[in-house]
Amino acid sequence: MSERDLNNTVTPNPKLAIDYCGIKMKNPIIAASGTFGNGPEYAGYLDLSNEVGAISVKGLTPKGRHGNPGPRIAETPSGVLNCIGLENPGAEHFVEYILPDLKKYDVPLLANVSAGSVAEFAWMAETLSVDGIAGIEVNVSCPNVECEGMAFGVDPKVVEDVTKAVRKVTNKPVIVKLSPNVTDIVEIAKAVEAGGGDGVSLINTLLGMAIDIHRRKPLLGNIYGGLSGPAVKPVALRMVHQVYKAVNIPIIGLGGIMSGTDAIEFMMAGASAVQVGTATMVDPEAIRHIGRQMAGYVEQYNLESINDIVGAVHQ
Amino acid sequence: MSGYVEKGEVVRNTQIGSDVWMMDIHAPKQAAEAKVGQFCNVRVADSTAPLLRRPISYAGFDAEKGTITLLYRVVGTGTELMTKLVAGDTLDCLGPLGEPFVTTPNMLLVGGGVGIAPMLCIASHLKAGETAQVILGFRNESETFWADLFKDTPVEVHITTDDGSVGTKGFPTAIMPELIGSNDFTSVMTCGPTPMMKGVAAVAKEFDVPCQVSLEERMGCGTGGCLGCACDGSGNKRYKVCKDGPVFPAEEVFF
Repeated sequence: MSERDLNNTVTPNPKLAIDYCGIKMKNPIIAASGTFGNGPEYAGYLDLSNEVGAISVKGLTPKGRHGNPGPRIAETPSGVLNCIGLENPGAEHFVEYILPDLKKYDVPLLANVSAGSVAEFAWMAETLSVDGIAGIEVNVSCPNVECEGMAFGVDPKVVEDVTKAVRKVTNKPVIVKLSPNVTDIVEIAKAVEAGGGDGVSLINTLLGMAIDIHRRKPLLGNIYGGLSGPAVKPVALRMVHQVYKAVNIPIIGLGGIMSGTDAIEFMMAGASAVQVGTATMVDPEAIRHIGRQMAGYVEQYNLESINDIVGAVHQ
Repeated sequence: MSGYVEKGEVVRNTQIGSDVWMMDIHAPKQAAEAKVGQFCNVRVADSTAPLLRRPISYAGFDAEKGTITLLYRVVGTGTELMTKLVAGDTLDCLGPLGEPFVTTPNMLLVGGGVGIAPMLCIASHLKAGETAQVILGFRNESETFWADLFKDTPVEVHITTDDGSVGTKGFPTAIMPELIGSNDFTSVMTCGPTPMMKGVAAVAKEFDVPCQVSLEERMGCGTGGCLGCACDGSGNKRYKVCKDGPVFPAEEVFF
């Protein structure tokens, strides 16, 4: 827990407010899972209640996980590879010990969940359908967990089954986070829609690697890792654009957003909201700067609401 | 404890060894709040390459002047870029981050290589009633600049080198037993290569002196958000080096 706490020191700009699948957010910027701790770590940098649209909490699994051996981080040109491996204390521990702390902030929380089977995904959604959780982000796309997340995310049939199973056990909005490591992400997004999902978030990280030529070894302890940061932005943007044309459920766009301009590009490509991850690793106050830049754009073009630009390039 | 994102002004950036540089930066918020053993996460370029910050321990801070001092070894593109900065340039510094050393009345400081920086910090910021001696381990006589850094501090300096060209030949652990035997140290503080710190911690344990170690790990954010620098702790605990450390009681991370 942070000693400094900026809670309720900022007045949100009403023109940035959005409603995503019934989740009311003060702006469209969601802190991406795995880059924002549990949230309170950033209370000394941001007014969590007023500067952050929502928080997708660190990815949770049925049982606690230690994650992968290090090194877990490698820097690449304009990007970062990570192989954290879903280190987390487990869903029940989260509900009992971490969630109560988060509730003091007036910010919607997305429970980001991973699991090893369809039944486990349903159990996770049920376990996390509690007071204080605004929505379930179903992670079928973590590239760092073998035979688990990724295997689910690449097969449309399995994605549809997972979505249905989760849909059945929760009344919260169900958002499925998609992997870019597929032949056709549109098919996967359609499977979410067919399974009764309320929304999709895309993209998770792109599988990559880096090598230490002096040691003749991979830089990452887990050999492969997920690439994020500005390097993946054009790919992510293209995928959002494609998915927007193919489905009617709202999209959360993410992948290398570092600035307000980047966020606006994603919204124009079809995203109703965005997530910011790697930028927070570089600057813990990045979400504030991105929000201010977006507000500046709204002002510059005299828009009534940031919602007016969603899908603008398709018109 | 959250740090501050400060656009610091470089006051001085000098080469002090073949690949070691020292930089003073005007970053008053950090200078006022920093504690020994904490670190600063430096964004070396206002662009996306290199993207991540570089974590560097404070080698000193001066609340009155509002400056922080960083000692850094040039190991890659990030630190190479830092050497290009001159007085008047701006450097984005995030700090103070991490948990500090818990100082005690009579300390034995043991630093290896660039791990000497936080030892210098302790030596320069002794509180009333605190004393310390320091063992510096480095390669050879070409690196005596490490010892020169302690000239203005009140601590007694002992040197070990890999080849014996200055001081005692060997690692700092070679002279630890004798020093501990003839002094009443209330703690051992160490920073340097992991094998050295493990050796130091083992000797401290043998003599029953509490030991604190400062770990180095590749970091993503430095603020506890990404778990890139997680490590195992005793009793199946998990620690974040950036947030729970970088300073730990030795028995918590070496077991």
